[in-house]
Amino acid sequence: MFNSLSDRLTATFKNLRGKGRLSEADVDGTIREIRRALLDADVALPVVRAFTGRIRERALSEEVSGALNPGQQVVKVVNDELVGILGGETRRLNYAKRPPTVIMLAGLQGAGKTTLAGKLAYWLKSEGHRPMLVAADLQRPNAVNQLEIVGERAGAFVYAPEPGNGVGNPVQVATDSLEVAKAKLHDVVIVDTAGRLGIDEELMQQAADIRSAVNPDEVLFVIDAMIGQDAVKTAEAFLEGVDFTGVVLSKLDGDSRGGAALSVAEVTGKPIMFASTGESMKEFGQFHPDRMADRILDMGDIMTLIEQAEKNFDEKETAKLQKKVEAGEDFDLNDFLTQMSGLKKMGSMKKMLGMMPGMSQYKDQLENFDEREVDRVEAIVRSMTPAERTNPKILNGSRRARIAKGAGTTVTAVNQLMERFTQAQKMMRGMTRGGGMPGGGGMPGMGGMPGMGSMPGGGANRKKKAVGKKKGRKGGQSGNPAKRAQQAQALEDKKAGKTKDPVGSAFGGVDLDGDEEFDMKNLPKGFGGMFPGGK
Amino acid sequence: MDQPIVLLIVAAIVFMLVVGLGFTLRVNAKRKGLRDRRSIDADVTGELKIDDISEAVAKEKEATRGSEVPTEPANRLVRLRERLAKSNSGLGRGLLSLLSRDNLDESTWEEIEDTLILADVGVDPTTELVDRLRERVKVLGTREPEEVRGLLREELIKLVDPTMDRELAVSGTGDDPAVMLVVGVNGAGKTTTVGKIARVLVAEDQTVLLGAADTFRAAAAEQLSTWGGRVGVETVRGEEGADPASVAYSAVERGKSENTDVVLIDTAGRLQNKIGLMDELGKVKRVATRPLGEGHEIDEVLLVLDATTGQNGMQQAKVFAEAVNITGIVLTKLDGTAKGGIVVAVQRELGVPVKLIGLGEGADDLAPFTAEGFVDALLD
Repeated sequence: MFNSLSDRLTATFKNLRGKGRLSEADVDGTIREIRRALLDADVALPVVRAFTGRIRERALSEEVSGALNPGQQVVKVVNDELVGILGGETRRLNYAKRPPTVIMLAGLQGAGKTTLAGKLAYWLKSEGHRPMLVAADLQRPNAVNQLEIVGERAGAFVYAPEPGNGVGNPVQVATDSLEVAKAKLHDVVIVDTAGRLGIDEELMQQAADIRSAVNPDEVLFVIDAMIGQDAVKTAEAFLEGVDFTGVVLSKLDGDSRGGAALSVAEVTGKPIMFASTGESMKEFGQFHPDRMADRILDMGDIMTLIEQAEKNFDEKETAKLQKKVEAGEDFDLNDFLTQMSGLKKMGSMKKMLGMMPGMSQYKDQLENFDEREVDRVEAIVRSMTPAERTNPKILNGSRRARIAKGAGTTVTAVNQLMERFTQAQKMMRGMTRGGGMPGGGGMPGMGGMPGMGSMPGGGANRKKKAVGKKKGRKGGQSGNPAKRAQQAQALEDKKAGKTKDPVGSAFGGVDLDGDEEFDMKNLPKGFGGMFPGGK
Repeated sequence: MDQPIVLLIVAAIVFMLVVGLGFTLRVNAKRKGLRDRRSIDADVTGELKIDDISEAVAKEKEATRGSEVPTEPANRLVRLRERLAKSNSGLGRGLLSLLSRDNLDESTWEEIEDTLILADVGVDPTTELVDRLRERVKVLGTREPEEVRGLLREELIKLVDPTMDRELAVSGTGDDPAVMLVVGVNGAGKTTTVGKIARVLVAEDQTVLLGAADTFRAAAAEQLSTWGGRVGVETVRGEEGADPASVAYSAVERGKSENTDVVLIDTAGRLQNKIGLMDELGKVKRVATRPLGEGHEIDEVLLVLDATTGQNGMQQAKVFAEAVNITGIVLTKLDGTAKGGIVVAVQRELGVPVKLIGLGEGADDLAPFTAEGFVDALLD
């Protein structure tokens, strides 16, 4: 994957540190990066040109060159401009003064019109309307059937007098539908039309005929968020053909960056009104320009992450956990299991990690992240008894060996997980002690957080274990590194508790340096004192 | 729910899952290193035949001799420029630019770049291509924009590689039917493509059976059986919401018992970032060929890519390739204004050939892919 724009810009500006002003060449370099980022996100070329032109102007102005951190400032300018275009005008659906309100859907084949018709009907219903669907797609085999089923799912009446599959006149169907709606007292009529290409004059004419026949209050242009450079041509053709009044972006639940949104909004000047984000009826809603801007720039999407988490996490469990954490108790492995099942529902770990701000610097590692790692971790935790999950401290060597066997892995893997768990616990504790996580202030900390800092720590920890082992042999004790590691951890906890426990570093660095120091100097002494006592 | 706590939980869990990452990576790297070393050992112990050596020596001699043969004047200049172009010294570069001031102005280059970007080829492949072209233009001393376009066409065709095998694997093994799976994101045109392929196969006097493993989308099975019905091909269907793998299984089972030549399985559209759905697809692939016994893999897995798709097409191809190991690509909706340039990058990165193109909603609007035709349309 490509690096995010903010990373690229940061790199560009690295050499500029200390310079008070941005030279024209600096700005040119920046503009090139922005251009690339936008093209990578599938923003159409003419739009990119106009856009970068505006950015250039603003970048050369006092606003940017006078800023302390020009790189960040440029990103901000880009973001502002994006939001400006995307959200130029957000408005609600126009309803007719005298019902029925007519909404017509148009778009390319496979853009998602029929599915959207159902979603729109469902949404309108929840808003207290009585929508009716009209099957005016008589082209594609069984489009009429599909609409009937979709209508049933949405609980809306479907007017489908013609069987479709090339039989029947869609203009006639659309015209008749208005009378039917009046007779049946439906206040909103949604006309689903066949997919057509912008260059297909015959079909575009047909769409125009449908439009003039029903005189819709809204014509929504449905466009696939994955569309590339063709977005502009298509949008222009449809604007000319059916003069749409609003845009719906479909398939936004994919991982495309959705530059098409920008292209269409800029070229046609029509507002993006809705976003469709999934295959079920409910996954449809208002379009958020700011989130879309972040997505196009690949700046992490913390809001979506939180929203998705809220949707997938068990509310009761989370509330319970929150109470627990606030009461100063530790997060245990049971909590981990329940929350993880929610997390897994959110989709790929990679994607979620990508949504966390500051994670883009670990893109390479993320690319190599094996999704099955999640299952392996789960297997280990599930191989524990409930008692062990509540109180992981009781894990001794033989318990660990049993768990490893149960999960089909090695004791080392179990040990590593437990180490990470202790660190995560510490992290949680540190954060709650710090008075929760302030919305903005805590975020930057996230950058260093996910323990990536402890990657070298993996090595350090191993070293520690090796040391422990050696000592053990010298002392002639039966080799039980797991137990010793546990002891070491207990000690570590104790130490961490006693000594400084700065919130920031508990979150950020996980005190690795402290651990290391502890290994080298305190371990032998600590061992002498703790081990017999433990037995 | 409180937002901070949610974030906190996510952070903690992610932390636990991912910290091990660096460690795993290191182990993997080490293992890889080991493997590399082993392969070197193998090379060393491998026998070197005398013949090989003498052959290599002869080749070398020939090569040196070849360079001494005087070349034609025009060629010599080209060769000189070539050498200069390769040298990294400032002097070499300077000389080169002196020798071959390319008269093409920047706007021509920009135009070329724009053509490619507008065709969704993508920024990286475009830059690479244009850079290579610039070099070639310098070497050849070409000045005419027209000639450059010819060179570009040549480079593109090379990239698309006309020598790739683009035949559909529909012969099957022994008496067993060939099994073809069609996959893709929502709305790419899978069902339509399956219908069209069935027509082509029927026209070739093959017996065909369709499997409607799209049990999710409303009326997808009906859409497929309408297509099948038009050419007298039967469709195996499951109930709506049935396990798609079971539908695929029974389609193949029936194909085997009826001695059908080809079983075509249509699957539900899925966005590549939905892990659960991709797993489901993997299962369909695993289960589908079970009636044919051990060791029989699916003969063809076609990824349907919409030509209007932009850079996300790469991601789609990658993920689908990972999940079901695609063997061919069908580029649909080429009858519109979209050029489908993303397949250039896809084909280069994954080595999976584009086999068919879809040109519209008509029943016979399916054509074999040709590199030249595609490139010409791209540059049009």
